[in-house]
Amino acid sequence: MVVGGGIAGIQASTDLADAGFYVYLVESSSAIGGVMAALDKTFPTNDCSI
Amino acid sequence: MKVAKQPRYVNEEKCTACGVCAIYCPVSVPDPYDENLSHRKAIHISYTQAAPSSYAVDPNNCLFLNRQECKQCTRTCQAEAIDFDQRPEILSYDVGALILSPGFSSFNPSRSGSYNYPDSPNIVTGKEFERICCASGPYVGKILRPSDLKRPDKIAIIQCVGSRDKTSGNPYCSSVCCKYAVKDAIVALEHEPDLDITIFFMDMRMYGKGFDVFHERAKAGGVKFVRSRVSNIKENPETRNLALKYAAEDGSLREDTYNLVVLANGLEAPQGNSTLALATGTRLNRYGFCETSLFSPLDTSREGIFVAGAFQGPKAIPDSVIQAGGSAASAAELLTSARGTLVTEKEFPEERTDPDESPKIGVFVCHCGKNIGGVVDVHEVKKYAETLPDVVTVEDNLYSCSQDTQVLIRDTIIEHKLNRIVVAACTPRTHEPLFQDTNREAGLNKCLVEMVNIRDQCSWVHMHEKDAATRKAKDLIRMAVAKASLIEPLPEPIVKVSPKGMIIGGGLSGMTAALSLARQGFECYLIERSLELGGNLRHTYFTLEGPDPQEYLDQFIREVRNHDNIHLFSDASIEKIEGFVGNFKTVLSFGDAENRKRVEIEHGIIIIATGAKPFEPDEYLYGSHEKVLIQQTLEKKLALQEIDAGTLNHIVMIQCVGSRDETHRYCSSICCGQAIKNALKIKELNPETEVTILYRDVMTYGFNEDFYDLARDKGVMFIRYEPDQRPRVEDLDGKLRLTVRSPLMKEDLVLDPDLLVLSTAMVPHENRTLVEQLAVPLSSDQFFLESHAQLKPVDSYVDGIYLCGMAQFPKPIDERIAQAKAAASKAAILLAKGYVKTEPIVSSCNTDKCIGCGLCEYFCPYSAIRITKMGKLKKAEVISAACKGCGVCASYCPTRAIDMGRFTDDQITAQIRAFGEKH
Repeated sequence: MVVGGGIAGIQASTDLADAGFYVYLVESSSAIGGVMAALDKTFPTNDCSI
Repeated sequence: MKVAKQPRYVNEEKCTACGVCAIYCPVSVPDPYDENLSHRKAIHISYTQAAPSSYAVDPNNCLFLNRQECKQCTRTCQAEAIDFDQRPEILSYDVGALILSPGFSSFNPSRSGSYNYPDSPNIVTGKEFERICCASGPYVGKILRPSDLKRPDKIAIIQCVGSRDKTSGNPYCSSVCCKYAVKDAIVALEHEPDLDITIFFMDMRMYGKGFDVFHERAKAGGVKFVRSRVSNIKENPETRNLALKYAAEDGSLREDTYNLVVLANGLEAPQGNSTLALATGTRLNRYGFCETSLFSPLDTSREGIFVAGAFQGPKAIPDSVIQAGGSAASAAELLTSARGTLVTEKEFPEERTDPDESPKIGVFVCHCGKNIGGVVDVHEVKKYAETLPDVVTVEDNLYSCSQDTQVLIRDTIIEHKLNRIVVAACTPRTHEPLFQDTNREAGLNKCLVEMVNIRDQCSWVHMHEKDAATRKAKDLIRMAVAKASLIEPLPEPIVKVSPKGMIIGGGLSGMTAALSLARQGFECYLIERSLELGGNLRHTYFTLEGPDPQEYLDQFIREVRNHDNIHLFSDASIEKIEGFVGNFKTVLSFGDAENRKRVEIEHGIIIIATGAKPFEPDEYLYGSHEKVLIQQTLEKKLALQEIDAGTLNHIVMIQCVGSRDETHRYCSSICCGQAIKNALKIKELNPETEVTILYRDVMTYGFNEDFYDLARDKGVMFIRYEPDQRPRVEDLDGKLRLTVRSPLMKEDLVLDPDLLVLSTAMVPHENRTLVEQLAVPLSSDQFFLESHAQLKPVDSYVDGIYLCGMAQFPKPIDERIAQAKAAASKAAILLAKGYVKTEPIVSSCNTDKCIGCGLCEYFCPYSAIRITKMGKLKKAEVISAACKGCGVCASYCPTRAIDMGRFTDDQITAQIRAFGEKH
């Protein structure tokens, strides 16, 4: 079980799922994404955070 | 585990995210997603691309839940998804491992009273400014200030708000604010090139890969940097401008006026941290973050519970991603026996095949909110696309990448029996896999999608020329449609993966990666060039945090040597390495010179952990004066008592030697911590010894800031120098004399140290074999290049080859361990799967046309094409799994026998012809 669905929680969950484990991802708000989903652009390529 | 699930009051299965409920909902409240700079309704979705793609009712503001009236949403929802009968539930799960990743909270600047944040709307936080800059934010990407929605010509960004500040309760450094402030400044200038932006800072902590160059880019772009802590901000009630008071470095008091002030507020432990710690039985550290230790940065205080992301300590996105991968590996080690027992692979419907079918193309044009829609006239583009040949249907979508649009695209493909689609949106680099999956869900081969990047190539580069951007979008779509009518389904070759790993480098990172793979049940070869394992850690004798590195290393080496799954080759060198993802072959030689043995090993993946070494400078009398050392030598001499601190009067250390200058343009991240560590050791051995550290910016980020404070408390002197006024050192009859210009006192200081210690850059080892034989690319600083700076920090550009530790970039012990585990996590995914599907963009050779000249074999950078005998003739043969689809072979082939899948000559010619056609 992964508690918190920001970028770290999503990454840990997908790594584990890809490696063959069943994962429960628990998030307290109504959507996953955390702070990164609200960022405009990211270093250094200015890629969109979404 | 028991989890309390709060009601959403919307059935996620039924909700189509159409948004009608929110149109009719009468309650408007500030939108926390936009940092309360805009409004949303009480029934809402966090953001358009949110997953799950479903609305939710805000129970604090819903009229029905609070006053039993309204229910407009229930009446208007066609999907009957609103469900006010939902109740809180307690759900129970049996799990084998737990990963805590609750993130962080932002410091509330109201607590820094003298900044008057609550009193002026024009004083905003870092996150508020982030939303202001964002094209999908409250001002649709226009840089405006909240009070009057006018352009703020003059902007100040203030660092260390709620960080490095004991009065705020947070003496630690938040690690990310310098970086995001520089990014914000650069992004703002991209929006409005003539903005006047000043960053007020104490130290610019642009440590880490690529950041110092980014800092220089901001300076070159006109961002001003002022080294000062702003003492007070006051709003002028009439103009609503803001007066900043600060002391300049020369001590003079200054006051300056700005239209907008951004407080780069720091990171704090997440809200609910105590509850979480209590519920999980884990401990928090002194600042409320999760307690971990230097050599176990992913382990909480309770076995089986791991931590990832900023809850472990403030960190940026790539470090969070690395830690997440690492904690996933730790969990996987624990759960190895359960691997594959509860999951099934996602299945797609069978692919439709009808080779004689004529092209039926669907075009999907994305608004990307205002990102594209604010510049390109999407409706005009849509109307135009409808007129193009073979186009059956055209849709425009607010966000083509959102979950509900994926469903819509899938349904449109099925409804119109489309056999090719064109998505005009953003870059295929990040989004093509998504649309390929959508295709597969609709029963189409993944290669039957063509993307047009009308964001980067139209709305971004032609931001100020809307008509031209729209015309160009039409041109690009016409070209893509012409190409799409010729694209064909391509198979994805499946390659078996040899279930063993090879780790190059037996330092801390390499050993950590090897042990993680071994514990996850995979055999691996660990290759070390020297006789002993341990790498740089062998020369580390003490740590800032406390734990004894030599004790840890001894026990760790024993564990690595004794693990049945690890085959160690020490004193080894790689003679030859070839192959491709899943199927590498390496020839090693090992053992002493007289009995040198050779062995060939086969393995499915490679983890590069070749490390770095301290740079040996040719300045400051290093190498010619015996009292001039580098930090690593000092540490060793102190540990082995070859230096008696009791006899030393004064030690001077110089930071950034061969770092952050023309020799090496980056900051090595660890040298400041190392200097402070050695300074504290000397003070411990003899408090009377004077220690002076000459620095440019002190990079003790995160909780290491405490040790910077401690060093100053213990009397270590810190004197800053400007890069263009570096310290000068002379040999006066065997004695050292140092002269340094202090920017603070504007005068030369003369120091006569007994020892001069240089903190030099960490530089990568030479890795010619890997670079030449496997074409693993390096970044401009000569460290191995990760395939995405933020999201793929352990993947190299070559499939099946992963990076970790200082081979990727210099970093401290805990970060090396986390990254090594993250690399092991990624490698284990491939090893566990047992096969890999290779990309269909590979070259193929028409043997009827091939004359066997061998040009392709000669030029292929990946050894992916070779000349073989077919009967009596020589012909080119492609090794699909090794091919990266670069197209070099096709461009050199004199008979045009080679074609690239998805980029055939016919397809590209059609695209070029379409360019020449009229609108």
